[in-house]
Amino acid sequence: MTETHAPSYNYTVVRRFAVMTVIWGIVGMAVGVLIAAQLLWPELNFDIPWLTYSRLRPLHTNAVIFAFGGCALMCTSLYVVQRTCQAPLFSNFLAGFVFWGWQLVIVLAAISLPLGFTSGKEYAELEWPIDILITLVWVAYAIVFFGTIMKRKSPHIYVANWFYGAFILTVAILHLVNSAAIPLSFTKSYSMYAGAVDAMIQWWYGHNAVGFFLTAGFLGMMYYYVPKQAGRPVYSYRLSIVHFWALVSIYMWAGPHHLHFTALPDWAQSLGMIMSIILLAPSWGGMINGIMTLSGAWHKLRTDPILKFLIVSLSFYGMSTFEGPMMSIKTVNALSHYTEWTIGHVHSGALGWVAFISIGAMYYMLPRMFGQKEMYSVKLINWHFWVATVGVVLYIAAMWIAGVMEGLMWRAFNDDGTLTYSFVQSLEAKYPYYAIRLVGGALFLSGMFIMAYNMLKTIYAPKPSSADQTQPAVA
Amino acid sequence: MNDMSNFWSWWIIVIVAIIIFGSFIVLHLTRKMEDNGEETTGHVYDGIEEYNNPLPLWWLNMFYLTLAFGIGYLFLYPGLGAYKGYLEWSKESNYQEEVAEAEAKYGPLFAQYLNQPIPALIENEQAMDMGKRIFLNVCAACHGSDAAGAPGFPNLTDDIWLYGGSPEKITETLVNGRNGMMTAFGEQLNEEQITQLTSYVVSLSGRQAPEQEVAEGGKLFAQNCVACHGADAKGNQALGAPNLTDNDWLYGRSRKVIARTIRNGRQGNMPAHQEILGDAKLHLVAAYVYSLSNK
Repeated sequence: MTETHAPSYNYTVVRRFAVMTVIWGIVGMAVGVLIAAQLLWPELNFDIPWLTYSRLRPLHTNAVIFAFGGCALMCTSLYVVQRTCQAPLFSNFLAGFVFWGWQLVIVLAAISLPLGFTSGKEYAELEWPIDILITLVWVAYAIVFFGTIMKRKSPHIYVANWFYGAFILTVAILHLVNSAAIPLSFTKSYSMYAGAVDAMIQWWYGHNAVGFFLTAGFLGMMYYYVPKQAGRPVYSYRLSIVHFWALVSIYMWAGPHHLHFTALPDWAQSLGMIMSIILLAPSWGGMINGIMTLSGAWHKLRTDPILKFLIVSLSFYGMSTFEGPMMSIKTVNALSHYTEWTIGHVHSGALGWVAFISIGAMYYMLPRMFGQKEMYSVKLINWHFWVATVGVVLYIAAMWIAGVMEGLMWRAFNDDGTLTYSFVQSLEAKYPYYAIRLVGGALFLSGMFIMAYNMLKTIYAPKPSSADQTQPAVA
Repeated sequence: MNDMSNFWSWWIIVIVAIIIFGSFIVLHLTRKMEDNGEETTGHVYDGIEEYNNPLPLWWLNMFYLTLAFGIGYLFLYPGLGAYKGYLEWSKESNYQEEVAEAEAKYGPLFAQYLNQPIPALIENEQAMDMGKRIFLNVCAACHGSDAAGAPGFPNLTDDIWLYGGSPEKITETLVNGRNGMMTAFGEQLNEEQITQLTSYVVSLSGRQAPEQEVAEGGKLFAQNCVACHGADAKGNQALGAPNLTDNDWLYGRSRKVIARTIRNGRQGNMPAHQEILGDAKLHLVAAYVYSLSNK
């Protein structure tokens, strides 16, 4: 572990992904803010087909999940795997291909989705030629990641890499199975599956995209950056083992809870619900391991805004993974399904957990990647933290209220058994909460602008003298 | 699930059993793991060490509890392949029960009006309130909550009827639905002729149009349109052909829209509601619709 033996790590690809994480975060969230505004003022599509809600919504989800989240995962996984295996990347050429290939996928998505090209599969809307490109990039990513693990110096593999590995492997399978399609032309294809089978495959994919892309991957991130930033050992190795294996085996079954009370057979619906409930403890295992890692160092939370981002992300993770199993219970789902509650749930996970931990990790990475001791302004990180926190809370609270309210309105009966409210009345009642959601989303987005400013200032700040320039992260 | 083969049923049961009992075993073994007395595991990754604290007891118990709940649920409800569950619950039976319950509770409320004629019912305030609620639940999506319609969806508050506004005709419309069919003339007529015909059609309700076109259009009308709309263009309720002289336009009054109707035709569809509503509710909502223009 001495500096003289430090291998020559590939930081170029890590640095590029870190910058693009912030940029795509701004793009994806800006589109989100625009479509949130369109729900209040539909005129904001200006009668231009490319700007309609129906086309921008998939652009928003693809941009925040696969562009922002994907770049954050690729950035951190390629950094963490080198550092914890003490081995440089398996192939610098393939790593470069992963970066440029992934950026090309994102740009193609940003062009093809507004133009109206879609396979119609939620979170997998991209058409088949782009799907093939994704497959190539992903295979290269897997070779670089697992190849680096093969070259590791220590006999064991660090827990963060288990999670990153599970994420890379499972997303490959999910993508290949769900995107299987019969091309009709260069820009149009139809799913290989039909009817209830197609719905089941779609939500097996959809929920495991949440489970492996947005959970396992970011747990890998958590297992490196939380102990690093806190300067404390991970709380429990055996908890890591148990919750890892339980999480990856049980998540696979949870998809059918998206299809309660549909044509899906009862047995599949029941198993989807049961497995979702059993998933609570394995999910919380990660939260406990993260938060308890901080025991003995709680005072650092007062002064370190990066640690605030990381720990608050774990709180939101714990909250979402409690809410999820609860919403999978058929009786609760009968109220919550198809309402804004689902939107609130997704965003408590996406903003509170995924974005917060990514932002925390990026604030850790950026100065290290650009030869600085710390970010240009720690005060601005603190501002970002509070602006984002208020934004998330406004967003989630508004959607909870709107969701439960419309769920109750839809099921309200008159004395003669007719429905009390028409659909449009429930829509009208949601308007104030749409406005609060817009404010929350706009606050979160403005936090990202603060981050971008801080990032630019850090990149272009004068480099510290060479005496201070030793790799700051080498322990 | 009767069509699930034995193989697939057991396939599901075995995998579920492996996951649930596997979780028990892993938890049990991990709990039994001895503390080795040392503080950390001894691994160091990029400066990160790991403690090996025991699994928190509350967390362990929560895990056991959810597993036990799962076993109990899978015993009572369908989940294990073709096994129907001890309670023999299914979403179909659940739905049928709820519908039967609602029918028993609310059925008589509606049935009491079934034998009263519609002209009498419109004087009954309670019946009209109930009819209006059915209308808002079922009909308002197309006809609007004020029943004033929208382009392509008739206004139900005026005296203009495509198929007739008598209680019997309204009931007939609701029971069987209607399929409005205006033939497309884009193949038979060229654009000049369509313009001439459009001028004639707008002139029927007193609007200005170039005289030459109106004259030519009149000839085209006599050849192509009178079979349905009649020689006087006052329409035919037996066919659902609209009156073209009353300046009331289902799809819009502009020349552009009228020309488009001539060129491409129109397919109007009012769905049949007998099965959706049942006799009693259909009778009430028919009365409500009748009341909109007869009160």
